[in-house]
Amino acid sequence: MWTGIMVPLRQELMVTLILFLLLFIKVGASEYRTGTILRLVNILLLANLVLGFFPCPDATLFNGMFHTGRLIVLEKNILNLGTLIVSLLAYDWLKEHRQALEFYMLLLATLTGFFFMISSGNLLMFYLGLELSTIPLTALSGFDLEKKQSSEAALKFIISSAFSSALLLFGISLLYGATGSLGFDAIPRRLDGSAFQLFAFILLLSGFAFKISVVPFHLWTADVYEGSPVAVTAYLSVISKGAVFFIFIQALYTVFRPLAGNWNRMLILLSVLTMLTGNLFALRQNNLKRLLAFSSITQSGFILAGITGSSRAGDASVIYFILIYIFSNLGAFGVVSLISAQTGRENIDDYKGLYAANPLLSWVMAISLFSLAGIPPTAGFFGKFFLLMAGAGRGNYVFIGIAALNMVIALYYYLRVIKAIFMDSQPQPIGKLKIPLLPNIAFGLCVAGILVTGVMGWVYDYIYSLSIGF
Amino acid sequence: MTLSLLVILPLLTTIAVLLCRGQYTVRLLSFAGVVMQLILSFVLLALYWKERAAGNTAPMLFVYRHTWFTALNIDYHVGVDGISVAMILLTAFVMVGAVLVSWKITPMGKEFFVLLLILSAGAFGFFISLDLFTLFFFLEVSVIPKFLLIGIWGSGRKEYSAMKLALMLMAGSALVFLGLVILYYAAGGHHFDMMAFAQSHPAAAVQRLVFPLLFTGFGIFTALFPFHTWVPDGHSSAPTAASMFLAGISMKLGGYGCLRTVLMLAPLAAEEYSPYIITLAAIAIVYGAFATMMQRDLKYINAYSSISHCGFILLGIGMGTRTAITGAVMQMVSHGLMTALFFATIGMIYDRTHTRMVEKLGGLLKMMPFIATTFVIAGLCSLGLPGLSGFVAEITVFMGSWQHPGGAYHFATILACASIVITAVYILRATGQVIMGPVKDPHYNGLADATWNERLAGILLVAGIFAIGVAPFWLNDLINK
Repeated sequence: MWTGIMVPLRQELMVTLILFLLLFIKVGASEYRTGTILRLVNILLLANLVLGFFPCPDATLFNGMFHTGRLIVLEKNILNLGTLIVSLLAYDWLKEHRQALEFYMLLLATLTGFFFMISSGNLLMFYLGLELSTIPLTALSGFDLEKKQSSEAALKFIISSAFSSALLLFGISLLYGATGSLGFDAIPRRLDGSAFQLFAFILLLSGFAFKISVVPFHLWTADVYEGSPVAVTAYLSVISKGAVFFIFIQALYTVFRPLAGNWNRMLILLSVLTMLTGNLFALRQNNLKRLLAFSSITQSGFILAGITGSSRAGDASVIYFILIYIFSNLGAFGVVSLISAQTGRENIDDYKGLYAANPLLSWVMAISLFSLAGIPPTAGFFGKFFLLMAGAGRGNYVFIGIAALNMVIALYYYLRVIKAIFMDSQPQPIGKLKIPLLPNIAFGLCVAGILVTGVMGWVYDYIYSLSIGF
Repeated sequence: MTLSLLVILPLLTTIAVLLCRGQYTVRLLSFAGVVMQLILSFVLLALYWKERAAGNTAPMLFVYRHTWFTALNIDYHVGVDGISVAMILLTAFVMVGAVLVSWKITPMGKEFFVLLLILSAGAFGFFISLDLFTLFFFLEVSVIPKFLLIGIWGSGRKEYSAMKLALMLMAGSALVFLGLVILYYAAGGHHFDMMAFAQSHPAAAVQRLVFPLLFTGFGIFTALFPFHTWVPDGHSSAPTAASMFLAGISMKLGGYGCLRTVLMLAPLAAEEYSPYIITLAAIAIVYGAFATMMQRDLKYINAYSSISHCGFILLGIGMGTRTAITGAVMQMVSHGLMTALFFATIGMIYDRTHTRMVEKLGGLLKMMPFIATTFVIAGLCSLGLPGLSGFVAEITVFMGSWQHPGGAYHFATILACASIVITAVYILRATGQVIMGPVKDPHYNGLADATWNERLAGILLVAGIFAIGVAPFWLNDLINK
């Protein structure tokens, strides 16, 4: 009986276990060295990642509240991998921070929340998981305790999160009224596309749109990304977003399948708006974190384009893209984080002439940005190509044409950063920076991921073999 | 023969260059790499001839196919016909020249050669691809290294030119991408296999839809009017080797793509759209020639004349007769060699005199006879002197174009022929001022002639020009068999 629960829940249990272990250390040990703790945590996270790869049977627990399968396990593994990279990259910043343990406790709490959210088979469970992750995330974005900007970000984040949660809850309750159920398997049977149901769906969609920063619900993104510590911004932009996208696409493809005709058109509209707005704002940014924030809005638009394909290729390309996006975005954020931690400089102008003293960091940044822009042979090229290809599957060629042109616009601001790093010079360029071992490993992982995930066709084929569609 | 070697070899060279230390080793390794590329291309040529002589009439030879993305029906699929072999030879020639003229490049010599080698891998991969996804992959591989090459080692308004070039070329590839995706879904079959499209063409409606996208997209790479504006800025700001690659090979990627679109993917639509293509090509030819007359900078002269000369390629492709297509391919090879030689000599002159302005130069023949002679040869090739490759290519295009019935087509042909006179004006004027006449600046008197590496590059490219000019039949056979 115990194995029947323990094995399917092993990823959640492992994360919770690490969380409690850290709590005991915090409470029990009067003195500890931050460096040792950080190394220990990273080893535990690595163990957590490895554990996820052991085979696990499909299972449904707690009367259909929680279900797991090979695809869901893969998604959790992707999130585990991303969390490990974020943690490795945060080393430089946390070493000087007095509350490193609390950082990890909050981080792991959000991860647990995401896991339950992805695995949920019921809107109640889904909401529980989402809230379990949102509240610690708010605390995390205010984690630079001495900085005013950071608390401002936390405040903005909590207000917008509360707003979006309210929308979600309203949507859920209306949906319950319309269908008489909260279970993922019962709802689709009772969906007939009536105006009332559509209204409930739109509220739900708006709640989701907040979390994945889709225009017009994106306004919080840039400010929160800019104010939060870089590690938290990185986590927000890939892990949090990725997790919500995982459950979003599952919900659309299974629960709301009867409304496919309706949400398809809505998503196309949202996608175009999101891509354009993200791009146009990104063009004029000088702060790199803000630039990456707007670029991440644009990337959300591209992911939505993939979802509109409503096919197995759509599902597969979204998961594949998020995996690639984790490598690319974390590579870029990692460099920003390291430079910000050691010099406090975050503007594009500060990066002028970076190549002269820091060729390695420059190349990591360049490769990550090329991947974000979708330039071959980086994985980003394959990710974008397949996303847009999946989006074109329903014959929306004009829409895909707009998306392709948006890729060209996006290239401009990525190239601006490349230009600053490689071509420009300034009177006081950033000097030679020391890259500690752990961030170095993270950079290695990111670059290897960017170079390998695309060219190796089996990665996509594997994801495709697990994905759902109709 | 394993065609993938053509891609693997530059990549291995790149890795070797990355790992080694010291400017001298970097140079030697890069040189060894490109020489091996050249040898490999000649081996390919020999093997290709042998196969054809043995009676192998398959449309593509040395085909290799490996499943890349099973779920999406995407293969790594390569193979060559005569046209590809010709383009591969051209690439190998230009690459050796490009490495030789950038022998003393500073700063960051290592990065320079790495980027150059990645470019060559992209070009080789593009010319051997038979799967449209593979083709597109290699097309895009060759965009960003150009941005870095121009932006880091360029001159003048280099950042502006690099950005303009990258964005315009990416816009081109976005159009190509859209065309490919439509082809994938609308043509039925859900595949990117160029050979399958060649055997059973997509429906006429699909062809009409994808042709403008693909042709314009590839056309941007080959300076299709009115999308030619990146050419003058890009070419003139680029360092010598990058200019050689840009004009010599990169613009041919577009031409080759257009050719494949016309011949294999959408022949029906190509015929329908041919009046538009020919109009644009004729405008490019005449406009390019007139614009060149107004230029004072040697690199701008060559860049604008490239627009005019690439117009011949598009004219030949647009006319679509067998002879015209042959002429278009010949023009691609000829223009590639000629313009690479031109940029190489301009680079040599600039290195010594530190100016490219025509009115400041003069009497170079007296101090640097070798450089001056190659300059004259490139010029004469450009204006179509018999015995050099330019003449052979252009006359074939004109003859092929004239075969196309219809008054308007004849008019375009006559217009294109007439542009040669303008070419003669600007080439002879530039040559007269730069090479002949009195020495304008006393400082020029002490300048040295070409060094061994520059001589080698010049001789190699001149040899290519003569090989086509004196004995065009081999290239003609290669393209048509």
